Amino acid sequence: MMDIKRRYVIPGDVIATGPLRPEQNVYQEGDRIISTCVGISEIYENAVRVIPLTGVYVPKTNDLVIGKVIGTSPLSWEFDINSCFIGFLPAQDVFGRDYSPTKDELKQRLNIGDLVAARVANFDRSRDPLLTVQDRDLGKIDSGELIDISPSKVPRLIGKRGSMIQTIEMATRAMITIGQNGWVVVSCEDSEGLLKAIEAVKMVDALAHTPNLTERVKSMLGVPEGENNDTIND
Amino acid sequence: MTEDGIRCDGRRVDQLRNISIKVGVLKNADGSAYIEFGKNKILAGVFGPRDVHPKHMANQDTGILRCRYHMSPFSVTERKNPAPSRREIEISKVLKEALEPALILKDFPRTVIDVFVEVLQADGGSRCAALDAAAVALADAGIPMRDLVSACAAGKVADRIVLDVNNEEDQEGQADMPVAIMPSIGKVTLMQLDGILTPEEYKTCLQTAIGGCRTVYEIQRKALVEKYFESGAQ
Repeated sequence: MMDIKRRYVIPGDVIATGPLRPEQNVYQEGDRIISTCVGISEIYENAVRVIPLTGVYVPKTNDLVIGKVIGTSPLSWEFDINSCFIGFLPAQDVFGRDYSPTKDELKQRLNIGDLVAARVANFDRSRDPLLTVQDRDLGKIDSGELIDISPSKVPRLIGKRGSMIQTIEMATRAMITIGQNGWVVVSCEDSEGLLKAIEAVKMVDALAHTPNLTERVKSMLGVPEGENNDTIND
Repeated sequence: MTEDGIRCDGRRVDQLRNISIKVGVLKNADGSAYIEFGKNKILAGVFGPRDVHPKHMANQDTGILRCRYHMSPFSVTERKNPAPSRREIEISKVLKEALEPALILKDFPRTVIDVFVEVLQADGGSRCAALDAAAVALADAGIPMRDLVSACAAGKVADRIVLDVNNEEDQEGQADMPVAIMPSIGKVTLMQLDGILTPEEYKTCLQTAIGGCRTVYEIQRKALVEKYFESGAQ
């Protein structure tokens, strides 16, 4: 396993000096690399980054997000994606190339308040994020419970190689869709499994910084010990 | 002040008042902090980055920062009119200009970061205390910062340079100099001077204030570490 040096940092902390590559949430001043947020710093393969513990979701191209329709314009839907930017889904993405604002009615497909799983197709600082639903498993979400967790804890909910989410899904038979923006939709046939899955997701959100979390989630869900041994606690 | 340099509230000339900071005290704000700086009691709340309203204020190239410093009607001995006074408008501007260099607003074009500072009880040096709270609240909100901002005042009372002037000393004293710095980078973001100092006195006063800022920084740091890192072991 790679040697990764981790440390708790706050804004202004010097993480390292020397010829290293600054990555996320750090900046370089002279030869010092300084953190810009509260989080955990990592030094690996000559690169330095900080995993933030707080903050809003900043869209990245290819992220899967869950959005809520908040409005329509003649050619697109506007989405709340739990970020400081509004997501745009062009009408052609849903209706196809021959979409015409005079013929088709946007609200027939997606109405205000609908939840949609989408992918960020493009985002840069000059424009608001452009979404797409043209992929497998994307599109309108018909049923389920929406849970709002901190975007910085999404990786913990997924776990290493999806271990955490698999544990929860297998134990409760729920379907969980995780948006990188911190919105999670849980759906399940039986209500008991649904409640348990929601509880597990909220537990991960609250206890994301504690060790042995997978084990604790398992014991909460009543999964017998020793199953799924390849899950790793870090 | 007595002969051996003991001040009206029992402090030495180079001694700060008692400071305590609590992070994340407001649930509805994205980031918040509460500071007790001697008898000053100040709340700071941060919202954003979020959409700019009114829209014409938005900047396509960068985010903007807005600050509001407000004193509660009950913060002083005689009721203060809650409408923003000339002094409050000035301090709002001063806070904004002192915080701006520390923030990396370029990351969030077309958005705004709102900082609200409410003085619940005032006892001299409230602009410095407000800055300390606002900086911690900004870090709590996860807004990318080059460094924290630490502020502290120094002044001249009874012909001596003293650290952290309180209300009584401010009224009777000869000079008051609030200073804010970015401690890790070593840059000054605020320096005001009210009163007359000789060039030598000016230098000592500035150095005294910067020394105070560094002490404040340690307290800010401790407050953040306490909230984010002490609840769980790494």
